Amino acid sequence: MKRIIVITGILFIASLVILSFRTAPPTPANYPAIPRDSIGSVKAFMSVYKVLMSSRCMNCHPSGESPLQGDDNHIHTMNVKRGVDGKGLYAARCSNCHQAENTAGLHMPPGNPKWGLPPANMRMVFQGRTPRQLALQLLDPKQNGGRTKAQLIDHMAKDDLVGWAWHPGDGRTLPPMSRPAFAAQVRLWIAKGAYAPSIKTK
Amino acid sequence: MINITVNGQHHDVDADPNMPLLWVIRDIIGLTGTKYGCGAAQCGACTVHLNGEAVRSCVTKINRAAGQNIVTIEGLSTNNNHPLQLAWNEMNVPQCGYCQSGQLMSAAVLLRENPNPTDQDIDDAMSGNICRCGTYQRIRAAIHKAADMQREGAKI
Repeated sequence: MKRIIVITGILFIASLVILSFRTAPPTPANYPAIPRDSIGSVKAFMSVYKVLMSSRCMNCHPSGESPLQGDDNHIHTMNVKRGVDGKGLYAARCSNCHQAENTAGLHMPPGNPKWGLPPANMRMVFQGRTPRQLALQLLDPKQNGGRTKAQLIDHMAKDDLVGWAWHPGDGRTLPPMSRPAFAAQVRLWIAKGAYAPSIKTK
Repeated sequence: MINITVNGQHHDVDADPNMPLLWVIRDIIGLTGTKYGCGAAQCGACTVHLNGEAVRSCVTKINRAAGQNIVTIEGLSTNNNHPLQLAWNEMNVPQCGYCQSGQLMSAAVLLRENPNPTDQDIDDAMSGNICRCGTYQRIRAAIHKAADMQREGAKI
């Protein structure tokens, strides 16, 4: 009887040791496992591209050192500049005119607590980029602010300043699709393999 | 009541939190050196310092300034002797004068952050301050002059 108890004890401890070496169950990805599909991925990215190249997004991702304004993407009045931190220069800092929220009225300054351009060392230019160039840029942590694909999705889907584009204040046109639809296309683009469009895609 | 500090003096202001800071400064506190120009942050006549930054008081709500330090043209120096004010006098910068308090408040931020500004630095800092009389050349010259005076003063 004693021997049975001892053997049972040894078996119990051994099973505990074995169980402790079990690999952890795979953590669920934040996007569903969808088979890689270059055509579907590129199609989704082209929807994303249309949003990113719309005025509400592109005006603060200019190719030059000044932000843009309006649906015609003209250079910001006063020729304000990016500055090192993307928040302007001297007496022309963004938050000197742009408040934490939109100022009510037509042609009044829009606002957000984070209002500004990307910083000088991470310019994240959208203006003038082809679909292929922009896709590759967005996927490159050296050019996208150090973001992983999951962080890229999170930024597009949840960031407050990105979200301003869908609440831009009086007189400003909206991006060509809703934010949930946009976020879904970003997820789809990445879930299907994060393919960049071909060089010929315009 | 909203508590603000203007030119070192504390004020308890009984006003709508959405009231523009400019209204509070001019109509409630009674400091009329800061001017109303466009009401849309486009001209710079209403520029004051909020914690040292040159904000447009016409679009800055009083609740943003609550508990903060504000400096208006009346508080830029103790005796109208900021190098910019001395240079402005010496170079006869103002014509009608309406925009000049805003010009001075913007220029003061430039000189604080860049004691030796180039013409490009002046353009970058001052392009948001409109002068209907077109005194821009004199403004530029006076900023250079004030920068010189500031450097000379620092040597003494």
